[in-house]
Amino acid sequence: MTAPLLAVDRLTMRFGGLVAIDAVSFHAENQKITSIIGPNGAGKTTVFNCLTGFYKPTSGRLLLTTPKGEFHLERMEDFRINQRAGVARTFQNIRLFPAMSVLENLMVAQHNKLMRASVWSLAGLLGLGAYRRAERDAVELGRYWLERIDLIDRADKPAGDLPYGDQRRLEIARAMCSEPRLLCLDEPAAGLNPRETLLLNDLLRFIRDEHNAGVLLIEHDMSMVMEISDHIVVLDYGRKIAEGDPEAVRNNPAVIRAYLGEDEEESA
Amino acid sequence: MAEIDYIAQAKESAIAALVGLALTVPIVGLRTDSSGPDGMTIDVRMLDAVLLAIGIGVGHFMVNLARGLLQQRRRAAKPAIARAANLKSVAYFLGAGALVFGLVLPGLPFADRYVMDVGTLVLTYVMLGWGLNIVVGLAGLLDLGYVAFYAVGAYSYALIASHFGWSFWVCLPLAGAFAAFFGIILGFPVLRLRGDYLAIVTLGFGEIIRVILLNWYDFTGGPDGMSRIPRPDFFGLPFARSSPDGATFHEFFGLEFSSMHRIIFLYYLIFALALLTNVFTLRIRRLPVGRAWEALREDEIACRSLGVNPTNTKLTAFAIGAMFGGFAGAFFATRQGFISPESFTFIESAVILAIVVLGGMGSQIGVVLAAILLIGGTEIFRDLAEYRMLAFGAAMVAIMVWKPRGLLSNREPTVRLGPKPGAGS
Repeated sequence: MTAPLLAVDRLTMRFGGLVAIDAVSFHAENQKITSIIGPNGAGKTTVFNCLTGFYKPTSGRLLLTTPKGEFHLERMEDFRINQRAGVARTFQNIRLFPAMSVLENLMVAQHNKLMRASVWSLAGLLGLGAYRRAERDAVELGRYWLERIDLIDRADKPAGDLPYGDQRRLEIARAMCSEPRLLCLDEPAAGLNPRETLLLNDLLRFIRDEHNAGVLLIEHDMSMVMEISDHIVVLDYGRKIAEGDPEAVRNNPAVIRAYLGEDEEESA
Repeated sequence: MAEIDYIAQAKESAIAALVGLALTVPIVGLRTDSSGPDGMTIDVRMLDAVLLAIGIGVGHFMVNLARGLLQQRRRAAKPAIARAANLKSVAYFLGAGALVFGLVLPGLPFADRYVMDVGTLVLTYVMLGWGLNIVVGLAGLLDLGYVAFYAVGAYSYALIASHFGWSFWVCLPLAGAFAAFFGIILGFPVLRLRGDYLAIVTLGFGEIIRVILLNWYDFTGGPDGMSRIPRPDFFGLPFARSSPDGATFHEFFGLEFSSMHRIIFLYYLIFALALLTNVFTLRIRRLPVGRAWEALREDEIACRSLGVNPTNTKLTAFAIGAMFGGFAGAFFATRQGFISPESFTFIESAVILAIVVLGGMGSQIGVVLAAILLIGGTEIFRDLAEYRMLAFGAAMVAIMVWKPRGLLSNREPTVRLGPKPGAGS
C-alpha cells in the first residue's frame, strides 16, 4: 500500500498550560475529501495552523508524501509549505486582497511560478518572450478557475466588492491557482445560503475528482459534511474521539455525546 | 427633498448675524483712542459694527446657498462608475500634459533661471515621491526615514566623486547601489514590524544616518558639510567658459557661453531620472514582485499561505525604493555642489511622505500633482513669509477633509481579462 498523502502522527500543540491538540493522529488521502469536525474549541483550526506552518507544533509529525518527495511540514517555514510542499489553505474569516482585482488575486497565487519565469524580475523588466508566455499561461489558469466559479464577468473588479459567497469561492480558486496537492479549507460554507452551499459542494467534488489533490475540510454544516466527505475525523477538547466514513461517524455514540451532551441518567 | 428651504436658511443666517453683532459691537463698535488731547476717549462706531454683522449674515446665507446648490448638482451627477472612468481619462490627460509641459518648459519665454530652479526642485521631489511610493504606496510599509537614503546617495556621490574623481555617470549607479544596500540593512531588522512600529524604527534610522554624518568629522566633514563636489558634465563636455583639457559644451556645439546651459542640463537630467523612476515603477507593478508588494500591503498572512516569501518581497521594496532615493541624492549633490547634514532632516522625510499620501497612495500622477502643490506652492507663496507654513498646513487639512484618499486614488488593475472600460469614451 502506498503512503497516504498526509500522515498526521501524534500531533500535540500546547499554549502554555492549555493543551489545544493532544496527540491527534489521522490520515488524509489523495483525491478524497477528509473532514475534521467537532464542537467549538475542539482544536480544528489549530490543526490547520500547524499544518500550514502558522504554528509550530509542540510535538508530533506531519508527513506529506507527494510525487515530488516527502515533506516534514512541522519543520518548514509557513510560506515554504505552499511553495515547496504544495499545501494551500483558505481562512475562516476570508482573507482576499480586497483592493486588487479578482484576476490579480489569482495571479498572486502563481507568484513563485511567475517569479521563476521572470528570472527575479529581470526578464520581466526587459519584457522577454519567455516571461510573456508564462504570464499568458498564468492568466489562462486564472480564466479557467474564474469560469469554473462563474466569476469571469467580474475578473477586473476589485475582489473586495464581491458578494460574500463569491469571495468564499474566489478564495478557494485562489488557493487552487497555486496548484496544491493538499487543499485545506477552514469552514468554507460559513455564512453561505443553501444555494451557495450546493455550488460549493460541486466545486469541492470537482477539485477532488479532476485535480489530483486531497481536500481537508473543517466544517460546521453537518448536512454538507455528511454529504461530501469520504472520511471524517471528530475532535473534542483536542482529542480524536472518532474516525470513519460518514455513516459510521453519524452513529458513533461518542460523537453524539460530544455534540448533544450526555443524558442525565447515563452520566449519573 | 432636493428643494432648498430658503426661509429656514434666512432664519439661520439672521441668528448668525445677531451672534456677529454681539461680537462686533464690543470689538469694532467701541474703540479707545488715547492720542487725543484730553486723555483716553471712547470712539463709538456703531454703524461699522452693524454693517459688519449684516455682512456676516449675508455671507452665511450665500455659503449655505452655494452648498445646497452644489449638493443638488452632485445628486444629479453621473453614476459612480462613469465618474471613475472619467477620472481615469483625466489622470491620463494630466499625465500626458505634464510630460509635454515638462519637456518644453526650458524653451518657454518665461522660463528664466528662477523658474528652472523651481522646476528642478519640484522634479527632485517628484522623483523622491515616486521612489517612496514603491515602499509606502505599493508595499504598504510606512517609512518615515526615507531621507536617510537620499542622504546616503548624496554623500556616496560626493565622497566617490571628490576622492576618486570618477565621472557623474559612474558615480550615479554607485550611489544608487549604496543606498539600496542601506535599504537592505534597514530592512532586515524591521521586517517583522508593521504600521506604527515600523514607522518609528525608520524614523530612528533616518536620524541615525543624519547624526553619523554630523559627527564623523574626518569622513564627512561633519556640520561643515562637503563642498566643491564635482559638477556634472555633458558626457565628457564640461559646462564652463573654457577648459584646460579639451572642448567645453558651448565650444563643441558652437554656442554662445551661457550659465543657463548647465541649469537646463540639470533640469533635463532630473527629468530623465524621474521619468526612469516612473517607467520602472509602472513596469514592475505588472510583474509578480510588484503584485506581491501590493498583496503584502493588503494581507500578509494570505500572502504567506500562497507561498510568497515576505522577507524577500519586502526587502526588494525597501532596496528599490532606497535606490531611487540614492539616485535623487546623487543628483542633489551634483546640483548643489555642496551638501551638509542640514539638508537631510526629518522634515524632508515628512514632506516626501506628505507628497505620497496627498497624491493618493500608489498613484503616479497624484505624486506629481502633490509635489507641484507642496513644493511649487511653497516657492510661489514665498512672499507670504511666515504665513507660508500656515497655507501649507491649511492645504493639507483641506485635502484630508475633501479627498481623504489622496488627490487621485484610482487603482488600475495590473492585468486584465476584458478590454479597458471607458477607453475612447
